[in-house]
Amino acid sequence: MSKSHLTRRGLIKTGAATGAALATPTLFTGAAWAQEQGFANAPTGDTVTLGFNVPQTGPYADEGADELRAFELAVEHLNGEGDGGMLQTFSSDALQGNGINGKRVEYVTGDTQTKSDAARASARSMIEKDGAIMISGGSSSGVAVAVQGLCQDAGIIFMAGLTHSNDTTGKDRKANGFRHFFNAYQSAAAMGPVLERLYGTDRKAYHLTADYTWGWTTQESMQAATEAMGWETVNNVLTPLAATDFSSYITPVLQSGADVLFLNHYGGNMVNSLTNAVQFGLKEAQANGKQFEIVVPLYSELMARGAGQNIAGIPGSQNWDWKLENQLGERYKGTNAFVQSFGEKFGFPPSQAAHTCYVQTLLYADAVARAGSFNPCAVVEALEGFEFDGMGNGPTLYRAEDHQCFKDVVVTRGKENPENEFDLVEIVEVTPTEAVTYEPDHPMFAGGDLGECNPGA
Amino acid sequence: MDAIFLQILNGLDKGSAYALIALGLTLIFGTLGVVNFAHGALFMIGAFCAVTLSRILSASFITIDETRTDFLGNPMEVQTPYAEAWFGPEIGASIIDWAVPLSILFAIPVMLLVGFIMERGLIKYFYKRPHADQILVTFGLAIVLQEVIKYFYGANPIPTPAPEVFRGSMDFGVMLGFDPNVIIYPIWRLVYFLFSLSIIAAVFGFLQFTTFGMVVRAGMADRETVGILGIDIDKRFTIMFGIAAAVAGLAGVMYTPINPPNYHMGMDFLVLSFVVVVVGGMGSLPGAVLAGFLLGILESFASTTWAIGLVPGINQIIIYLVAIVVLLTRPRGLLGRKGVMEE
Amino acid sequence: MTDQTQHTAAGATTNRESRSTGGFLGLKGRDVTLMIVVLILTMAAPIILNPFPQGSSLAQFNAGYPDLMQRFVIFGILAIGFNILFGLTGYLSFGHAAFLGVGSYSTVWMFKLLNYNVLPGLVLAVIVAALFSLLIGYISLRRSGIYFSILTLAFAQMSFALAYSVLTPITNGETGLQVYTSDPQWLRAAGSPDMPHLFGITMRATETVRVGGWSFDFNFGYYFCAVVMVLAFYMAIRIFRSPFGMMLRAVKSNQQRMNYTGLNPRPYTLAAFVISGMYAGLAGGLMASMDPLAGAERMQWTASGEIVLMTILGGAGTLIGPVLGAGLIKYFENIFSKINDGVLHQWFAFMPDGIENALVTIVHPFVGKGWHLTLGLMFMLIVCFLPGGLVEGGKRIATVFRRDRKSGPVEQQAAQKRNAE
Repeated sequence: MSKSHLTRRGLIKTGAATGAALATPTLFTGAAWAQEQGFANAPTGDTVTLGFNVPQTGPYADEGADELRAFELAVEHLNGEGDGGMLQTFSSDALQGNGINGKRVEYVTGDTQTKSDAARASARSMIEKDGAIMISGGSSSGVAVAVQGLCQDAGIIFMAGLTHSNDTTGKDRKANGFRHFFNAYQSAAAMGPVLERLYGTDRKAYHLTADYTWGWTTQESMQAATEAMGWETVNNVLTPLAATDFSSYITPVLQSGADVLFLNHYGGNMVNSLTNAVQFGLKEAQANGKQFEIVVPLYSELMARGAGQNIAGIPGSQNWDWKLENQLGERYKGTNAFVQSFGEKFGFPPSQAAHTCYVQTLLYADAVARAGSFNPCAVVEALEGFEFDGMGNGPTLYRAEDHQCFKDVVVTRGKENPENEFDLVEIVEVTPTEAVTYEPDHPMFAGGDLGECNPGA
Repeated sequence: MDAIFLQILNGLDKGSAYALIALGLTLIFGTLGVVNFAHGALFMIGAFCAVTLSRILSASFITIDETRTDFLGNPMEVQTPYAEAWFGPEIGASIIDWAVPLSILFAIPVMLLVGFIMERGLIKYFYKRPHADQILVTFGLAIVLQEVIKYFYGANPIPTPAPEVFRGSMDFGVMLGFDPNVIIYPIWRLVYFLFSLSIIAAVFGFLQFTTFGMVVRAGMADRETVGILGIDIDKRFTIMFGIAAAVAGLAGVMYTPINPPNYHMGMDFLVLSFVVVVVGGMGSLPGAVLAGFLLGILESFASTTWAIGLVPGINQIIIYLVAIVVLLTRPRGLLGRKGVMEE
Repeated sequence: MTDQTQHTAAGATTNRESRSTGGFLGLKGRDVTLMIVVLILTMAAPIILNPFPQGSSLAQFNAGYPDLMQRFVIFGILAIGFNILFGLTGYLSFGHAAFLGVGSYSTVWMFKLLNYNVLPGLVLAVIVAALFSLLIGYISLRRSGIYFSILTLAFAQMSFALAYSVLTPITNGETGLQVYTSDPQWLRAAGSPDMPHLFGITMRATETVRVGGWSFDFNFGYYFCAVVMVLAFYMAIRIFRSPFGMMLRAVKSNQQRMNYTGLNPRPYTLAAFVISGMYAGLAGGLMASMDPLAGAERMQWTASGEIVLMTILGGAGTLIGPVLGAGLIKYFENIFSKINDGVLHQWFAFMPDGIENALVTIVHPFVGKGWHLTLGLMFMLIVCFLPGGLVEGGKRIATVFRRDRKSGPVEQQAAQKRNAE
């Protein structure tokens, strides 16, 4: 970054100086201020502030760092700097590269620490201190649900980052919250047909599941999808979140009569459980006269890097992969534009977490531009039922009923001989949108209520 | 039967890591009377010694391959490790392959040095300070150490595999008379267990059979008297601290192929190793080892489907439950001495 | 600060003072001053904590926004309570976060079942925390020293692990317990706010006052917490100065001698444990009242460790120290973690490009995602150079002043200086 980089402080400083010179030292209160605008944190000057709340410490810090890179890039593109990235391929042309509604985009960052408390504290500081009008980011479902609830109460728009639990747009859905990332149900629906093709219809599955909400919804979804195609579920064992060694959970697997192992784990849990499973020879083992197989329902590039060569041949699902457009063509346009500008700036391809955060920021900006207002209720209206394309996932719908995006899901597999540490997975297949679409009141998502959009004032 | 046998193996394996960390921790407790919250960080630094050495060994130079392109469409940069260029591809590759065992040689001097610097530079000023101050300063140090590692290596786990010959698993049961394909166990985990046993034996032997060890044991019992006898106990304590650091570091080096190391692995083990030390009994080396293996084995059994079916969530709390039961029935842990850290 | 001198010289002066009658609300001499200082600081916090004009490059360091101010006083309450146990008896509990957690859960359950009025929740939080700490204290206090610490740690870790997983029906696990529109809320009156409130005034109600370039947030939730903290602080002073407090100090200095005199220390330490557990429960309840979501992470050992660090950092055994320690740690967590490279470039923008970049490179590892590093370094520096914590620092500054000109109220100035940080 050099001096030409945005200088929010500088701008405000000048503004404040002029303001102070003109203003008589009268008192006026904030409540009246907000009512005038009709919604919380209405941008008043020639800038608008977005809040990017990502894990910067703790086990997901690297994923958070990648999300921040994407946000930085998105802000650059919105302000008309750089090569514009996906703005060139985005089906909506409301964004002109002159900020949002003519206001230059500024951002503040915070650390979620992957703890709901810390994430909410950080989000509140962005809202209360920095006047952020939208909060985005995050790398786990607990945090996403917690911050989404906060934004609903505060009258701020929440554009979820990486969150995969069904609850985010199911039981815990909120009118002010939107999720572009896919979810556990969609993972299962996408992987079902692929697993059937790879491993047949006569399989016995053993599940190791992280013992918290995300793990449970993932396991539930995978079990439902595999049983629907005739597989049998032998056992489901819950493992503590704090577990670092999974040997005692893995040793009983071969004796159980199962021939497929599902690792419903994420992050460090997944890296260790997969490493352990491979150590114990499960990948080479034979069971019921078949080759033993391991499946990881949710893949991420960073997890793959942590697990190293152990992921070779292991299938999983992803929201997006940077090779999509190169391998599957025009339908996934936008992918290359994004990879190009991200790669030029940072020197390596973006992760799916970076992609979803970048897209969310653009989608928010576009919704404001189309609505012509920063009012959260106007933004919600603009995003609900919005159909778009050119963001790397093919034609996509932001469904009005639950604020979940519906798009193709990528099924990937660990490469046998990766060329470098950014090219660890290969695309097996892309499951089309229709196959991963469900009813808003599907039992796994039931019990939620969007409520009314909250403008905050 | 075979399931029980397997879980005992798992427990011994987990127990070796606990025992090694607790051994170093209790050495510092026992000899120096310092509550060392940075001990987990020493384990972590050991693990990153292995990562560092494997990075050094696979240090590469870059050549441009015009025939291929990278993801941006630029000519591909191909990395060739110096080791392979200098010693030929095969020998070079096997040097890189053996990075983890070679790291033992690398880690011993590094960890001794880290231990000496820590003791001379910081810890020695805290011998007479309250335990609360020791906790604060060592906790601060632990945070600093792990942040430094995070700064250079990132937060993501880094795969550090064992040499090819130790990778994978072997049919261990056949040797013991079980049917084939029943007791299959990873080779490296067995290596880790044997390695731990030899380190534990070495530490015990050192304290038991050398003059140095005798002085240190005397110092543990009565520091002042030993000082009056004209023995430079401070210097020996510094060396003891170095040894404790080396033990933790070696535990970390050898642990890397089992689970990929990350910067906060020390904190993950810290609380657990304190529990192990206290269950074993403050100031007791055999107690620490015993408790390490005991808790490892119990943890493994609590993770079986049978145990979880019996008491849901037992695998989450077993270690703490055992700690409570032991401390309530045996006031000073399994083999603790009276009066150590009870004030 | 004054109270440590009193603590170390607990015998003569305090005894004489407590025998004399009168005083303000039962407080004597220096305690009255201390109380008034705390009162002024908490009431004026929205102004004191926002010393920089909005939009100036130093505004990044302003801490006067509702969330952080609430956190300052809530963790202050927690630390005050912890200090009653640790500072007086020397028993180091590594499981106090568990009481904070049950306090939060109780309060949110009251929101779910009754209505959003915070009072029933807070009362229940204190009661539940009291019962829970009675149980844990009764068992753990059978041992002393590190054995006690590990017992409390074990109980707290079990609570955390179970709350995160098996107890999800009660705690909502990973997501954290929160209020849904489908919850019964039996006592909810029509038209009452659907966020935590005290008889209709919501905790989020904020008056923002702008004076020139400055902007000050006067938040109802903060003042509610601040009043509770002042009361809690007052209670703590009374406990410190009471015969009961003397008895607890006796436990710390020599338990054996106490035994020989025929006194059983257990009931006293247990009482101190339960009182400090109730403080933690109250803090937990307030946290849930300010932000109606209770996450299991607040029961983890790191959270318990944080309480210990706050107390030692500020000065264990002193009255004001733990509050300062709590403030300092929360300040770092919330302010330093938000300084990113962009902000750094703006700070140093007036310099030539080369120097600017060099400066950013140097500062970069210590802020933003590196805020832990700064925190760790600060722990080490303070404990190395200020044994006795921040209060010790205050005292040293006071001594310097006293040497310069031998005037009376300088101690307060020093104290204020520290508080204002």
